[in-house]
Amino acid sequence: MNKIKLTKVLLHILLIAFAIVQIYPLLFLAFFSLKDNNEIYSGNVMGIPREFHWSNYQNALFNANVGHYLLNSILVTAIVIMISDILACMVSYAIARMRVNANRFIKPFFSIGLMIPLHAVLLPVFIMLRNLKMLDTYQAIIVPYIAFALPMAIFFMIGFFQVLPLELEESAFLDGCGIFRTFFSIVLPLVKPALATISIFTFLSTWNEMMFAITFINSEKYRTLTVGIMQMVGQYTTDWGTMGAGLVVATLPTVVIYLLFSNQVQSGMVAGAVKG
Amino acid sequence: MQKMLGNKKAYWIFVFPALVIYLVMAFVPIAMSGYYSTMQWDGIGAKIFIGMENYINLLKNDAFLTSARNSLILAVASIVGQLIPALFFALVLARNIRGEKVYRTIYFIPVLLSTVVIGQLFLKIYNPDYGALNAILKSFGWQGQDWLGDKRFVLAASFFPIVWQYIGYHMLILYTGIKSVPAEIYEAAQIDGANERQMAFHVTIPLIKSTMKVSLTFAVIGSLKLFDLIWVLTKGGPLHASEVPSTLMYNSIFTRMEYGAGSAMAIFIVLECFIFYFLIEKFFQVENMTY
Repeated sequence: MNKIKLTKVLLHILLIAFAIVQIYPLLFLAFFSLKDNNEIYSGNVMGIPREFHWSNYQNALFNANVGHYLLNSILVTAIVIMISDILACMVSYAIARMRVNANRFIKPFFSIGLMIPLHAVLLPVFIMLRNLKMLDTYQAIIVPYIAFALPMAIFFMIGFFQVLPLELEESAFLDGCGIFRTFFSIVLPLVKPALATISIFTFLSTWNEMMFAITFINSEKYRTLTVGIMQMVGQYTTDWGTMGAGLVVATLPTVVIYLLFSNQVQSGMVAGAVKG
Repeated sequence: MQKMLGNKKAYWIFVFPALVIYLVMAFVPIAMSGYYSTMQWDGIGAKIFIGMENYINLLKNDAFLTSARNSLILAVASIVGQLIPALFFALVLARNIRGEKVYRTIYFIPVLLSTVVIGQLFLKIYNPDYGALNAILKSFGWQGQDWLGDKRFVLAASFFPIVWQYIGYHMLILYTGIKSVPAEIYEAAQIDGANERQMAFHVTIPLIKSTMKVSLTFAVIGSLKLFDLIWVLTKGGPLHASEVPSTLMYNSIFTRMEYGAGSAMAIFIVLECFIFYFLIEKFFQVENMTY
């Protein structure tokens, strides 16, 4: 019995140690976002700040424009989620429910997309946007983000439709509802839980995306957080506190959403993995 | 019913908008990449068709060979450094240990962070003058190092954060796999007198092989595609020591304006991912379990 207890204690020590390894870098970030350079250069790099310099946040949000980048990120991510959700719903409804010959190639066509890395399209999309004079606009990243959010979302939604009972739609059809009306007023409300999952998935990949963002966006006005922070580096390399505050602002929305919906986030991310 | 769901016009109205975006942003560009990869082109002047020459040159390009080797090293490091701890913690947490949910929640946090943030954070940790890592070393009386500026350390230093970040992701995937094994199977093993370790090795692990394959695929493909973190930390330097194929591709295209050669690298990355995907599928064939 004692031996079992001992292993249990050891196990918990291990679990806690690993939790610290996972969480400490974030604490380190939160700490130095509140310090001034004097404190860091005089040796307190890792510990709790002696004085809380909230002015770092003011500096990051307004002087370094992180507040503006934050709004851009919110705008871009919200549009991408809304459009890709509705498009993915429509396609997967058609694929899962409708009996049309074209289904045979439409479905595999979208599932190939799960395998395409962004690298493969970076240059052609860049040239396309340049020719259309669309570089350095919101659309320049919104449209590609939607395209690359679709395969995952469609894949997930098809799985959801396949286990959704047909009865409600059947009775809607019998009552004389057309297919579009049925889709928008009967089906869409039923798939809300699945939409929440794919929205979380799309949120994370869009919010954190870097390669397209740093390539397609340049000017101050359209920068999202990832681009903004990459640009900030040059100017604020030596100003640890402001840089740290910017990083905290970029991270806070994801962490808050995660803490509020941790179960949905976890199951969403796993659903993405296991089904993909 | 049949009439409704067989309505071709409705079908295409549902599919069309997504199909157009997807075609224009994903499918056509891949074909274009393939086309550019056979050209000598600086993006402004005329394209000159040179066939497979860009690909042949890749094999003679030392920086490219280093980058390909580095990405394979990362793949191995990810398998060892992510999957083994992930499996261990998944097995432990799935046994209804106290605090299970708290641990699970904490372990997953790094997965959510943007690579830009993680990169910036580790730049501060590795900072040769004021960084946290050197501060720890110095407190033990050891000498600090320029972790990202020294060819000897840069690879390990830049791969560590990526391995660290995704342990929690794999843990969660495996954990979910373990949780889907019905409790009766464990009860049966328990009645037969199996201890925890025997249960893990003889019951759980064999039953979650298909989940483990998913994790393995993700770890390998993710390593081959890696871009963000290296770009933030080192941009491939010093002297290509931490180069991976995608950073070299990015530099070729946007710094040296070698659109053709860069496209060949892009195609190489895609093919490499597909090849490893199919290799894993082939060598780890597992039947889908139904209980």
